[in-house]
Amino acid sequence: MYFHLNDWYPVLLSLKVACIAVIAVGCIGIPVARLMAREEFPGKDVVEALITLPLVLPPSVIGYGLLRIIGNKGLLGNALSSMGISIIFTWWAVVLAATVVSFPLMYQSAKAAFKSVDLNYEKAARTLGASEAKIFFTITLPLAWPGLIAGLVLSFARAIGEFGATLMVAGNIPGQTQTIPLAIYFAVEAGDDATAQTLVAIVTIFSFLLIFWVNRWTKTQDYQE
Amino acid sequence: MLEAQFTKKLWHFTLGFDIQAGNQIVVLWGPSGAGKTTILHCLAGLTDPSEGYIKLDDHMLYSSQKNINLPARLRHTGYLFQDYALFPHMTVRQNILYGLKNQKKSRLKKIDPLEMLDSFGIRHLIDRYPRHLSGGEKQRVALARALLVQPRLLLLDEPFNALDRSTRINLRKELKSLQEQWGIPFLLVTHDEEDAQALGDVIISLDQGQIMERTYLQ
Repeated sequence: MYFHLNDWYPVLLSLKVACIAVIAVGCIGIPVARLMAREEFPGKDVVEALITLPLVLPPSVIGYGLLRIIGNKGLLGNALSSMGISIIFTWWAVVLAATVVSFPLMYQSAKAAFKSVDLNYEKAARTLGASEAKIFFTITLPLAWPGLIAGLVLSFARAIGEFGATLMVAGNIPGQTQTIPLAIYFAVEAGDDATAQTLVAIVTIFSFLLIFWVNRWTKTQDYQE
Repeated sequence: MLEAQFTKKLWHFTLGFDIQAGNQIVVLWGPSGAGKTTILHCLAGLTDPSEGYIKLDDHMLYSSQKNINLPARLRHTGYLFQDYALFPHMTVRQNILYGLKNQKKSRLKKIDPLEMLDSFGIRHLIDRYPRHLSGGEKQRVALARALLVQPRLLLLDEPFNALDRSTRINLRKELKSLQEQWGIPFLLVTHDEEDAQALGDVIISLDQGQIMERTYLQ
């Protein structure tokens, strides 16, 4: 067994894609989760189910759905191509696939994190004259932080591991849209064990360290007795 | 001076409450589930009544008729929560100063926070986190935090609940003298008859959301 990697592009692309996806997922997921954790409105259950759907759908179904949206004949794809933009089979399609599949994980962690914050802290802040924005940033967000971080890390890991939907909307173009999972699959298919093993080792070690660090960090963030 | 009359529909009964309280301690006494905490929430603006009005020192806080509903942060009502609700991620100092920055400077009389901590006997705890405080200490911190923003009304939800007997008796005395010192109405919720008798200038007994009896002890 020996390790060898000719092309580092899949590693760099996977990291880049996962970082962008996590930022997108955090920016959308945190406000949405906060809303869903605290507010009641008609049709909330339907929205909830729709948000969680990508978690249980087969990746190929998500990939197909995205194709229909951003493909050249798709709703968004049409509008974009009239502006001369095409994101299908580019690394932006990889970002999109990673964002869609990791969103439910962020959403669920963030919602649980917001729900775990005792409402009395927010009420107390209100009676002390704090505005809703101040309450969110000084009370709710810091207390929900460990859960939010856990959600971001899970999303990051999911984004790195995305395979099926990515293959459908971005293809497997070495040097352009080939991420680590795709590179592993096609290396194995081509009988290139050294490359496959190296990528597997990189992903495994990296994921282990990430989860190890998050667990350690979460322990230090426990405010209860 | 607090003047209020309101109703609030709850799922199992309709709460009806009215009060006129000046510079005194009013005790709301009754079994759990009588609606005591809901009354405090309505007064503080944490829940909306269904109908009625709430007036504090000539300021209308809530009026269903005139469509007034001041948000909690503008009501200047101090609230001592049953479990104190000290912010767990902030030190005693940060907890106590939290409300101060939200207030208009012109409204506040000059009070030195440190002196206040001294008078509550908790200055030495200033850099500790709530999880390192005893029940009695938490309560003092919560009281200091609520009073430092100089409320016009102080609401206390079961302040004696988690305390042992000797701490309770001390706290009764302290609350009495604090009320005299601050000269604002204190509205205190308890289910304990002894606490009610020892503290109240007026005792309002509640059951099933209705006022059963008013006892004037002074």
